[in-house]
Amino acid sequence: MMQAENTDTEMVVIGGSAGSLQVILEMIKNLKENLQFPIVLVLHRKAHSTNILQTLLQQFISAEVVEIDDKSEIENGKLYIVPADYHLLFENKKTMSLDSSEKMNYSRPSIDVTFRSAAEVFGENLVGILLSGANADGVEGLYYIKKNKGRVWIQDPETAEVNFMPKQAVEEIDYDRIIKPEDLANYINQL
Amino acid sequence: MLEPSIVKDEEVEYLIKDVYEMYGYDFSEYSRASFKRRVNRICLIDRFTSFAELRYTLMNDPEYLKRFIEEITVNVTEMFRDPQFFKTLREKILPQLGTYPLIRIWVAGCSTGEEAYSMAILLKEANLYHKSLIYGTDLNPSVLETARAGVFPLQQMKLYSENYMESGGKKDFSEYYTANYDSAKFDKSLQEKLILSTHNLVSDSSFNSFQLIICRNVLIYFDRGLQERVFRLFDNSLENLGFLALGAKETLRFSKLDKNFHQIDDQRIWKKLDHN
Repeated sequence: MMQAENTDTEMVVIGGSAGSLQVILEMIKNLKENLQFPIVLVLHRKAHSTNILQTLLQQFISAEVVEIDDKSEIENGKLYIVPADYHLLFENKKTMSLDSSEKMNYSRPSIDVTFRSAAEVFGENLVGILLSGANADGVEGLYYIKKNKGRVWIQDPETAEVNFMPKQAVEEIDYDRIIKPEDLANYINQL
Repeated sequence: MLEPSIVKDEEVEYLIKDVYEMYGYDFSEYSRASFKRRVNRICLIDRFTSFAELRYTLMNDPEYLKRFIEEITVNVTEMFRDPQFFKTLREKILPQLGTYPLIRIWVAGCSTGEEAYSMAILLKEANLYHKSLIYGTDLNPSVLETARAGVFPLQQMKLYSENYMESGGKKDFSEYYTANYDSAKFDKSLQEKLILSTHNLVSDSSFNSFQLIICRNVLIYFDRGLQERVFRLFDNSLENLGFLALGAKETLRFSKLDKNFHQIDDQRIWKKLDHN
């Protein structure tokens, strides 16, 4: 089941909902500098929330934290946040598009939408990570990531503040790793 | 549930070519990621089991084109969406527009009209409505029919009312509409200064000059080349010192025209510099 870790990683996409913020905070404090790939965070949040998340995360990491604008170019080493009330799609390996179409799984951004788009564009060079959450959003996206030969990591449901999302994923997806929050940064650093 | 991938990348290209050659609608510079999702979605909801089936229907049933355009374009909108944006219009932009004898505003890609009606309300409350004209355009004729009727789902009014208040609205929002069963019909007076017409940002040219152009969450569906052309169209349609307002995550930053504009505060509103 475990895939060779020597596949180049070109993109890491992390999806999370209720209870995922603590995991993200712990992770970014321990990420090494100059990662050779970007990290994109797809987190469920309130529709009209401002850039407070960007400000918060930036306090804990020297890499630049960017809330994504439409047609932004993707740069390695940066941490990208999908803005509230938009879906994020990848046009290609270099360009991101936003989309304000219908919610998926009652969510916009939807983790499934971004996981799936990333799976099609990055294939085996993608790592998709699903964290704590109360919604089923993200599970199908992980399925597409596997189908396109990407790697799938899931937060250990035992450690999740809200375990519905990771529990569903663990039951349904042929995952590569189950991860405890304190180990997440370390595994990303090794990619 | 996620849509299965019914349509392949190269099939999307055939479809775009067919629709252009047969009907003149040009989607070739639309963002592929989003367009492909829409094509897959339409296959799913209209129960086409293959690309060939969708293509056959589209090529042989001109009536179906209307439905296709409706579903392929995204028509998600709301009144006073991003209240802070409307607050800035209210407090910083409208006072500047108030100095003109006639205020012309273009809501480009207005869809079912929620933003055009929001503008009408703002102008009324600023006592500028009597000397204003709001042009609402969209490529899709059927959304304009909805805009013309001015009837929106009643269940949305709670959100719209909250947005309105957050945008600095002082009235009781329900004064602007009459509730009837599950719908809300907006006051006729909000349509008096509203001119609705089809216009395709891809293929149609400038049709007037404006002091304010509002085009929010439309350009995200275009690739960068088309975005640049549309920015040029807007530039040609804006008076000197006029304003261009984009969606919360859209930017003029990547455009060559950026240097001719000055961004207002941290909002997605740009003022055209006087360069003549």
